[in-house]
Amino acid sequence: MSRRYDSRTTIFSPEGRLYQVEYALEAISHAGTAIGILAKDGIVLAAERKVTSKLLEQDTSAEKLYILNDNMICAVAGMTADANILINYARQAAQRYLLTYNEDIPCEQLVRRLCDLKQGYTQHGGLRPFGVSFIYAGWDPRRQFQLYLSNPSGNYGGWKATSAGANNASAQSLLKQDYKEDCTLEEACGMAVKVLSKTMDSTKLSSEKIEFATVGQTEDGKIYHRLWSADEITALLKEHDLAKTEETEDK
Amino acid sequence: MLGRRHSESGTGAWGQVFPARAPNGSLLDCWTFKQAHHRPRPQQDDNSSTSTTPTATTTRTIAKMEVLLGITGKDFTIIAASKAAMRGATILKTSDDKTRSLNKHTLMAFSGEAGDTVQFAEYIQRNAQLYSMRNESDLSPSALAHFVRGELATSLRSRKPYNVNLLMGGVDPITGKPSLYWLDYLASLADVPYAAHGYAQYYCLSILDKHHHPDITLGQGIKLLNMCTDELKRRLPIDFKGMVVKAVKADGIIDIEFDDDKIVKSA
Repeated sequence: MSRRYDSRTTIFSPEGRLYQVEYALEAISHAGTAIGILAKDGIVLAAERKVTSKLLEQDTSAEKLYILNDNMICAVAGMTADANILINYARQAAQRYLLTYNEDIPCEQLVRRLCDLKQGYTQHGGLRPFGVSFIYAGWDPRRQFQLYLSNPSGNYGGWKATSAGANNASAQSLLKQDYKEDCTLEEACGMAVKVLSKTMDSTKLSSEKIEFATVGQTEDGKIYHRLWSADEITALLKEHDLAKTEETEDK
Repeated sequence: MLGRRHSESGTGAWGQVFPARAPNGSLLDCWTFKQAHHRPRPQQDDNSSTSTTPTATTTRTIAKMEVLLGITGKDFTIIAASKAAMRGATILKTSDDKTRSLNKHTLMAFSGEAGDTVQFAEYIQRNAQLYSMRNESDLSPSALAHFVRGELATSLRSRKPYNVNLLMGGVDPITGKPSLYWLDYLASLADVPYAAHGYAQYYCLSILDKHHHPDITLGQGIKLLNMCTDELKRRLPIDFKGMVVKAVKADGIIDIEFDDDKIVKSA
């Protein structure tokens, strides 16, 4: 029965649903997990790399974390090819704003620009929606550090800690348990690897399997964002791996 | 001292923005100020090519007679504009307001060709308001100034550019810092502590150079403005019919009562 309604995004089913959008959400829930945590002095984004193989050329470029502009980065959960289109669009929009106003685009405005585009694909016929959820981390002078999540329907929301992709329900509940108001960026990084280690299939993490990025503020007040190198991730894992093995022994 | 004042008006905080468009003759030359060299006019038919357009020259002179002044201080920016609306040798109106507020904490003053000024100012005003409606937040004075500069720059290369000179004053809603931007019809933009447009530049900038300080209070700012308008009354050959004075503070734009009837003795 549903066959009649799910072939096109523009048609509501009798229950008032848009099947293509729901299928897109379903596709995302099979993709690698991505999480974001807002700390008082920064934001951490972490993502699980799904494609790892001994034969695969270990690329230096990130697969799931991207820089949007000088004060914003994002994590992708879903189809990377679709994400590339949206990221390109976002980067252009951000630069156009910078050209017009000589100021960086406010975070929410950039998120909304992307969501307006995504929404268009749930309404106009003949095209499928973008199969990606984004977690955005950014800073602007009005609202300081901000974390947003958007999905293929074009909805978005601001979060203190959030997740997307496989096992995102369990990641979400773990974050809900562990999240502390006013935690520091360092604590947030620790929380991020802990949550990832519990939601991922393999218990042992390695720098090939995850990606890490932070947005923060230097001592002289400048905003920076940084995609972590493999060595830095390994160091962080070692620091928390010890804690993790003790925990598992306790159990 | 006279010589020194003359040279100071073209330098100081203004950097290189200025000399390029200051008339290179003495003040007397300004009366017959010719077409600017850097702005070629379309060639006319051969027999009328010698007659330069008189209206263009007069509007240019009138625009220079209009007074725009801006002064920043500790927590405010004062914007003042002359009240006279002129056409040729005639004063049409003595209560003209050459300012428009763009949002709660940004004010723009304009002078230039009669139709262009209000048209351009209100175009900017509506764009600023549209932004506020769409984004539930106002553009900062700096962002607006750069937006206006962009609009003027595109206009400059169009078939009929806007002939508008502007001062934009504001207080940043987040940092609370006052700012003042000087823009002209060639789309120059300068962030300055105090500014003037037209002939008022020659009389006021030297006074402001001497007496301005970044930490002055609003009262001191108004006193400084009075010194400027006194000098203008003394030296400017026409009556500019007093000033509309407004100040931008952190909590919004306020109208300031200004004594226009004060008689100033000639030097």
